[in-house]
Amino acid sequence: MTTAASEPARGAFALVRRVVLYVVLGLAALAILVPFLWMISASLKRNNDVFTIPVQWIPKDFQWHNFADIWSRVPLATYLGNTVFLSLVITLLQVLTGSFAAYGFAKVRFRGRDVLFMLYIATIAVPWQAYMIPQYIMMQKAGLTDTFWSLILLQAFGAFGVFLMRQYYLTIPDELCEAARVDGLSEYGIWARIMLPLSKPALASLALLTFVNTWNDYMGPFIYLTSNDLWTIQLGLRSFVGQFDADYAMIMTGSVLSVLPITIIFLLGQRHFIQGIATSGMKG
Amino acid sequence: MADLLTAAPATAKPAPSPRARDRRRARRNTLIGWSFILPNFLGFAVLTLVPVIAAFTLSFMEWDSYNPPEWVGLDNFQRLLDDESTKIALRNTAFYALGHVPLTMLAALGLALLLNRRIAGVGFFRAAAFFPYITSLVAVAIVWNMLFNPEFGPVNQFLQFIGVDDPPGWTTSTTWAMPAVILTSVWRDMGYYMVLFLAGLQAIPHEQYEAATVDGASTWQRFRAVTLPGLRPVTFLVLILLTVQSFKVFDLIVVMTDGGPGRATLVLSQQIYRRGIIEGEFGYASAISLVLFMLVLVFTLAQFWFNNRRERR
Repeated sequence: MTTAASEPARGAFALVRRVVLYVVLGLAALAILVPFLWMISASLKRNNDVFTIPVQWIPKDFQWHNFADIWSRVPLATYLGNTVFLSLVITLLQVLTGSFAAYGFAKVRFRGRDVLFMLYIATIAVPWQAYMIPQYIMMQKAGLTDTFWSLILLQAFGAFGVFLMRQYYLTIPDELCEAARVDGLSEYGIWARIMLPLSKPALASLALLTFVNTWNDYMGPFIYLTSNDLWTIQLGLRSFVGQFDADYAMIMTGSVLSVLPITIIFLLGQRHFIQGIATSGMKG
Repeated sequence: MADLLTAAPATAKPAPSPRARDRRRARRNTLIGWSFILPNFLGFAVLTLVPVIAAFTLSFMEWDSYNPPEWVGLDNFQRLLDDESTKIALRNTAFYALGHVPLTMLAALGLALLLNRRIAGVGFFRAAAFFPYITSLVAVAIVWNMLFNPEFGPVNQFLQFIGVDDPPGWTTSTTWAMPAVILTSVWRDMGYYMVLFLAGLQAIPHEQYEAATVDGASTWQRFRAVTLPGLRPVTFLVLILLTVQSFKVFDLIVVMTDGGPGRATLVLSQQIYRRGIIEGEFGYASAISLVLFMLVLVFTLAQFWFNNRRERR
């Protein structure tokens, strides 16, 4: 039973609840982001100040020059260049061949199609660690280890892209394709002029996920790339640890620089990441 | 007129029977379908399908870089049972899964419940929870290694601050290295599974909550009677995905501890890599791969079975 007198009290109670909620959320977010704060803070310190008791969260005097020095101490520009090249090529190939094949699976009816698709799905369920040995032997026999070719070939034709795009194409009504066929458009024309423009959100999800995965990939480059001038940022970063021995500030500077591009991409395309994951529910 | 009549059978072909037309169209469709799939399929067949089949075959062979492959039947599996480090790797992988699966699930569910509301700024909090998942694993592993530094790291400073006199040595200790890896992976993965739980929460019809409220159910009772049953499909999916992901754990271990100290965090994937790619024992390493695959398969099949049962209802 509500009376006029209890209205303000209820309002105050709701306000308190809201404040408590935001405090809890704020603390949780802070706890989750603490490692990143520590990373940024350490990257701006003198090396001696990284490990202090108690922890110095805000650097005493900011060492901005760390971010200039690192470029001359390790071939960071080469690592970044290699990573950008690999990520772009692999993403482009995966999106193109993936969406192309997905059209065949979703909109063209032919015998054997569903069996073929089952093959794709079945291999998604096999962990790649289980067939990395034969892959490695093949690459070795073909003389492609320690070249970008090995990574491009291994990562550009993934079944995941085909799966993600097919799921999206299935939601586009067949009548649309039928109408285009009646208007005289070829199947390739339908893919290029109707499906691609309609599937922009799915294409964006796939492109972002592939790009970020390739950028962050450690095991691929770790297994296949041995020459220092082919290394990606992840391999370079891992080698800093041995190379700089105890130069923690420099290592953290490198970490910040390796995370920064992905952070920007994530902030711009956040919606697509989350959608990609929610629709597919499987990855990695 | 007569000319036309007599000439007619010669020029006009007999009208194609409907069945022949269907067949022609089917053949055309097959060609078109394959032309779409082929660019991806070529890469997929050569680089995924062939290796998958090869991995099965190789596990029954003895093959190293120097000698030609030789069929040895089940020898590799026999050897697997006697290999101390493979057994350790299997045990460590199970230990990792036992820690990683329940903790990540609890953390992800907690975050999802906390963030499943329409309030200003909720997008920011969701993004913050998801952020660790998309950042480079190498950077994450290096930072956590520093945070876990036994003498000067913030983690142990905090533990001492709250009264733990003798905090663990984390990645330098054989007992605590695996828990350190588990904690790092929980932190990294919880945002991903939170997204799945959020999707599950949003699929629960609002009327069910209203009905429960009308019946006088408390918040806890509503959680027990409406939320948990409503989340069951998602919970099962998350459980399977997490278990499979745990069996496959590889890069985090390689970067954070490289299996050490000693063999304290050596896991299956790493054992495959060491035996196969470093030592070149392709056959034996493939046998370990097959074990990993079987473990994953059991859980994947369980999920298929569960999904089918639900759809049939």
